[in-house]
Amino acid sequence: MQIPQIVGAGLIVIGAGLGIGRIGGSAMDAIARQPEASGKIQTAMLIAAALIEGIGFAALFAS
Amino acid sequence: MVFSKKPLHFIVAILIAFLPLINFANTTVDSTQVKSGVAPQAAEETQTHAEPTDVKSKIKAFINHHVLDAHEFTFTEDEVTGKHYGFSLPIILLDNGLQIFSSSKFEHGEAVAESNGNFYKINHHDGKIYKTDASGTITEDEKTGFPTNVRPIDFSITKTVFSIIITAILMFLIFTGLAKSYSKNGGIASGVGRIFEPVVLYIRDEIAIPNIGEKHYKKYMSYLLTIFFFVLFLNIFGLMPFGINVTGNLTITFSLAILTFLITNLTANKNYWGHIFWMPGVPKVMRIVLAPIELLGVFIKPFSLMIRLYANIFAGHIVLMSIIGLMFIFKSWLGSSLSFGLSFVLSILEILVAFLQAYIFTMLSALYFGSAKEEHGHEEVHV
Repeated sequence: MQIPQIVGAGLIVIGAGLGIGRIGGSAMDAIARQPEASGKIQTAMLIAAALIEGIGFAALFAS
Repeated sequence: MVFSKKPLHFIVAILIAFLPLINFANTTVDSTQVKSGVAPQAAEETQTHAEPTDVKSKIKAFINHHVLDAHEFTFTEDEVTGKHYGFSLPIILLDNGLQIFSSSKFEHGEAVAESNGNFYKINHHDGKIYKTDASGTITEDEKTGFPTNVRPIDFSITKTVFSIIITAILMFLIFTGLAKSYSKNGGIASGVGRIFEPVVLYIRDEIAIPNIGEKHYKKYMSYLLTIFFFVLFLNIFGLMPFGINVTGNLTITFSLAILTFLITNLTANKNYWGHIFWMPGVPKVMRIVLAPIELLGVFIKPFSLMIRLYANIFAGHIVLMSIIGLMFIFKSWLGSSLSFGLSFVLSILEILVAFLQAYIFTMLSALYFGSAKEEHGHEEVHV
């Protein structure tokens, strides 16, 4: 594992972490506003998180 | 502390809580050796790199055994005598007629197998079967390093194929049993399959109907249900200690993604192709720019399905096996028990990932089917 690979992997983790963190944050805000819609919000949050994780893993494997 | 009115629950909880402290690794004798003999041990490790007796190479062999495909099941291997406990799977080759023999003839990749006058040998580097002569010579190409022997067409039943067959039989038994129990019990399910009824209803009501629509969802339900339970059962099988890793295999997820791709594009109506090449509601100049990107998207969407499932499951297995291997590198009571606890928690996370990845694969497939069966009247909604 050379240095560029390690730096690239770190950048990918930062990107994926930021993305999923933002989604989690807005999901929490939405649930706080409207607790009865929490089921739908949770579902949408998981879907978006899985998509972002998909890109993250694909990039990790390519690096 | 877990105080409960039932003393049995309390005792079981305490036992499980103290389980990490009971490990049978070598005791203080070895731990002092690790601390004081670090420098000579490091030199020794680089010297004994080729030998499989080193802990790190043994861990690598352990991970490889779990993650890679093989022609036989190996449950355990006796280190001292080298005897393998497991069973061999049949090898089916198509080479001047059908050659069927048991993989025990290969003797774990060392001997040359003979069948009806043809000799075969497993190449150590890529694990594939090549046709050789009686002494087992494999000539390698100088430029590329790949063997130049002839490869027979390989239909063998390997670990992966065997697991898929077992999963298919399991799914068939569970779901036909569940279906039959409805007629026996007057509209209510009975038996072990009852646990799958709310899951099937969830897939229909929350995944299929919102994404595909009321008119067309029934045609796709069988595929969605099959994919969900297939991926779920195979993911769960991968977490068991038998070394079955099916969905962590790029070819398997490639086949599943190809199925979604084919079904989407072969059952698509005109609106689907219209949205790709000549999308309504967009200025005409932009349409020419966007069309190649949308065409690329047609191929990238199933590709991302393949990569997502493969990477999640494969990476999970590698990390889990590495942490279990870490238990044997730390020979102290604290390090090993912490590694055990971490691997336990990670296994629970892997179960969640198994369910989530099956759900995501099914949901995205339903989404793509929904876009294939899109009706008129959506254009003004897209801003």
